[in-house]
Amino acid sequence: MTTTTAARRADVAPAMGSPLQRVGRWIGDRFAMIVALFVLVYLFVPVAYTFAFSFNNYKKSNISWNPEGSPTLKHWQDPCGAIGVCESLGVSLKVGVIATVVATALGTLIALAMVRYRFKGKASGNFLIFLPMATPEIVMGASLLTIFVQGFGGIFELGFWTIVIAHIMFCLSFVVVTVKARLQSLDPRLEEAAQDLYAGPIETFWRVTFPLLLPGIVSAALLSFSLSFDDFIITSFVSGNETTFPKFVYVSYLRGIPAQANVIGFSMFVIAVSLVVLGQIIGNRRKA
Amino acid sequence: MSVMAHATAAQSGAGEATAKRGGWTPYWLLLPGLLWLVVFFIVPTVQLFTVSLQSQFPDYPGYYYRDVNVGNYATAFSQFLGHFGRSLFFAGLATIFGFLLGYPLAYAMAFKAGKWRNVMMICVIAPFFTSFILRTIAWRQILADEGPVVSTLKFLHVMPENGRITETAIAVVAGLTYNFLPFMVLPIYASLERADPRLIEAGGDLYANGFTTFRTVTLPLSMPGVLAGTLLTFIPAAGDYVNAELLGSDISTKMVGNVIESQFFKVPGGFPTAASLSFTLMALILVLVMVYVRRFGTEELV
Amino acid sequence: MAGNADALKNAQGDLRIESVTKRFGDFVAVDDLSLVVPRGSFFALLGPSGCGKTTMLRMIAGLEQPTLGRVLIGETDLTGSRPYERPVNTVFQSYALFPHLTIRDNVAFGPKRRKAADAEKQADEALALVQLSHLAARKPAQLSGGQQQRVAVARAIVNRPEVLLLDEPLGALDLKLRRQMQIELKRIQSEVGLTFVHVTHDQEEAMTMADTVAVMNEGRIEQMGPPEILYDLPRTPFVANFLGQTNLIPVTYGGRDGDWQRVSASGRTFQVAAARTNETSGALALGVRPEKVRIHETEPDGRGGLTSVIGPGTVADVSFTGVSTQYLVDVPGFGRWGVFEQNLDVERIDTRVGDTAWLSWDAGHSFVVTGGEELHAGMETIDEAAP
Repeated sequence: MTTTTAARRADVAPAMGSPLQRVGRWIGDRFAMIVALFVLVYLFVPVAYTFAFSFNNYKKSNISWNPEGSPTLKHWQDPCGAIGVCESLGVSLKVGVIATVVATALGTLIALAMVRYRFKGKASGNFLIFLPMATPEIVMGASLLTIFVQGFGGIFELGFWTIVIAHIMFCLSFVVVTVKARLQSLDPRLEEAAQDLYAGPIETFWRVTFPLLLPGIVSAALLSFSLSFDDFIITSFVSGNETTFPKFVYVSYLRGIPAQANVIGFSMFVIAVSLVVLGQIIGNRRKA
Repeated sequence: MSVMAHATAAQSGAGEATAKRGGWTPYWLLLPGLLWLVVFFIVPTVQLFTVSLQSQFPDYPGYYYRDVNVGNYATAFSQFLGHFGRSLFFAGLATIFGFLLGYPLAYAMAFKAGKWRNVMMICVIAPFFTSFILRTIAWRQILADEGPVVSTLKFLHVMPENGRITETAIAVVAGLTYNFLPFMVLPIYASLERADPRLIEAGGDLYANGFTTFRTVTLPLSMPGVLAGTLLTFIPAAGDYVNAELLGSDISTKMVGNVIESQFFKVPGGFPTAASLSFTLMALILVLVMVYVRRFGTEELV
Repeated sequence: MAGNADALKNAQGDLRIESVTKRFGDFVAVDDLSLVVPRGSFFALLGPSGCGKTTMLRMIAGLEQPTLGRVLIGETDLTGSRPYERPVNTVFQSYALFPHLTIRDNVAFGPKRRKAADAEKQADEALALVQLSHLAARKPAQLSGGQQQRVAVARAIVNRPEVLLLDEPLGALDLKLRRQMQIELKRIQSEVGLTFVHVTHDQEEAMTMADTVAVMNEGRIEQMGPPEILYDLPRTPFVANFLGQTNLIPVTYGGRDGDWQRVSASGRTFQVAAARTNETSGALALGVRPEKVRIHETEPDGRGGLTSVIGPGTVADVSFTGVSTQYLVDVPGFGRWGVFEQNLDVERIDTRVGDTAWLSWDAGHSFVVTGGEELHAGMETIDEAAP
């Protein structure tokens, strides 16, 4: 039924107005979509560029395409071939996983408190969570650097764990915001119903709240991991001699980035996209 | 994983607290996370402020003593005022361009994409996963003097023979716009998706004119998203130094982030100046955010 | 503690509310309320929205705690215990079915938490009771509103609670389905023999289903009893207005004649059975239900006897509803009256708007309640609360 009315409307609409107006309306209807597609292409240009240059058969540096050498698969066959690439990737993955697990757990607890309870000091708590998001990364990096170097009695040595600490800190607020949104759309009656059906607070959490919150927690964790994995500015301030993948790329920029970095960068992209797509498919199947 | 143990302990403690005094539960839930923020955000910020007032030992660069040396701020301002202005200007431009590009994308995703909505969503997030440094370097190569863009423009005689894009403000603003675009798109999309499409249809029936509907119905509905998106773009852009470093020139396009970074790592004894610059940047942005949120915002920020 | 928990779980007997008060800040939701619901009865709490009935229900469930007073089952004090410790289950207004669990798992949720070995079997039996066995493997989102409602009932009943609470359980259903579910719920209640406490703002629903109805207003119970008695002899203007329609006129007390009391208004004296006179001092109001009033085209005889007559008045509106015809008649000195005349004859009485009419009623059918400002209490709220 709706299709017929829609079709009729489409038939009638162009009949009104001059041809010029008709063209205007046609563009108007599609304007957003046209711009959107253009922007999506724009977003992907450097990704495609990174992909292309992972096949560059270069001699000294991978800055420009070497027209003499034919495209090669050698960087894909030996992704750890350049010194430090895989070590830095390992560091980034480890930092990402630890920071994500901790930030997601702590952030979820905060979101629960913020949405499910009324208490004194809630506004200040909200403000404290908002602050890191309103602070430029360089300021957070700078203040962490000063305190790790001068404060805390010097117990922190710049390196792996200071990176982890910093990443947990800036991921936390984003986790809270993401989980909070999901929690707010959750009917509190469901938790009451569970309690009414003999589930204590802990059982209520694990059997009702948690499963229903899971999609929100998963997206918070994904966001957290991608923020951590991609962070450069804060990391560069607190990492000391430790090298994460973004730092490796940045530091080797002057000498020329090995094509293995392109291989890894593009692989991460493919892995992440497949994970997200897989998650979508599973989610859709569960709904059905 | 002592932190996890801590979290679970907080949880079981929470259970008992509900049974007896519900009043303590939220505090147990908040404790570990907020403690983390206090220790690793608030305390360091206070430390940054004290460092910004420290003085150098004469003749011993790299060693400082506790002081109330307001002169650091004076130095920071007199020497680097231009960098501050440039940072805010570039970030402002990147925010405007990000909005102009991001809003139609978010709008198309919310109302025009149909079953392609999720695919578009993935496309917006996906570039994130290729390191942002790698992508910025890719832009440098794309926009390089021998790169495809400049060659094409020169071939078309749109650009003079000695013209270039890299090492200019254009490249820096383009890089900033590119890097923070997803932060603009996602919040706007989220608020548009929540809006009732029937409201917009009703607006269409009332005004018939597409632009009027947009201005009076759609845009106000998405205002919370626009607010979040512009903040999430402007704030990191104002503090960024990577784009200026990789895409800009050595002098004319440096932003305040570049100064802070080099004062910390390259200039001996630069800590107090760097700290006062950082602190000023933070205060400046916080004030701007407050004014902005007062003017356009909703009460609930987070 | 374990002994106490067992005592709570196995509590049996009448549901007793003892002087319960609930305050939210300055707002008093429930005001010193006491009542006893006999074990196995179908009890309805009826009142307009915001009268405190849902708060009372939540205190019985343990989802809220009273500020003052006690909630007991038999001799066991439930006050202060948590919802999961009580032998009480709730059918929520929005059903609150767990969206991530199948229908069978939803129903088996309670038995599983109580570690019943045959939880699945119990669930299947409960689903059979509400005639939904064929949908056991579905998710809640795949069910219609009526089906979800029955799942919510099964999920509560499967636990054989001492008290089953129903919070406006039929509010979201359309009229036809609501009627059907009313009968269904009554059947289930008589089959399982549990105490049902049903909260509703729909007076018809309360009257059809419950053995006992308590009418609540502003945190207090105005009147409680079997539906017939509440309707026939309301004790306050609020109950008179909230349960059906009533013609209420302000009157003054005139003295007693044996089994009869006299009241007067606008120079006329009416007789009311002494047993149907709730008050004799202060501002009073005389009430007659519209279906007890007869309409006449000429002045009927009966002055001084046990038939009360007022008029002449003017017919302001006539509406034919099939079973009956409803008239609105403006009688000088007595305001606007409603009359329901059953359509017993094939030939209708030919009364039209603007005609002159007299009204009469059997003095034994009228009643007296407190008057004054409360005269219209419960009237506006009816329209507001009606779905």
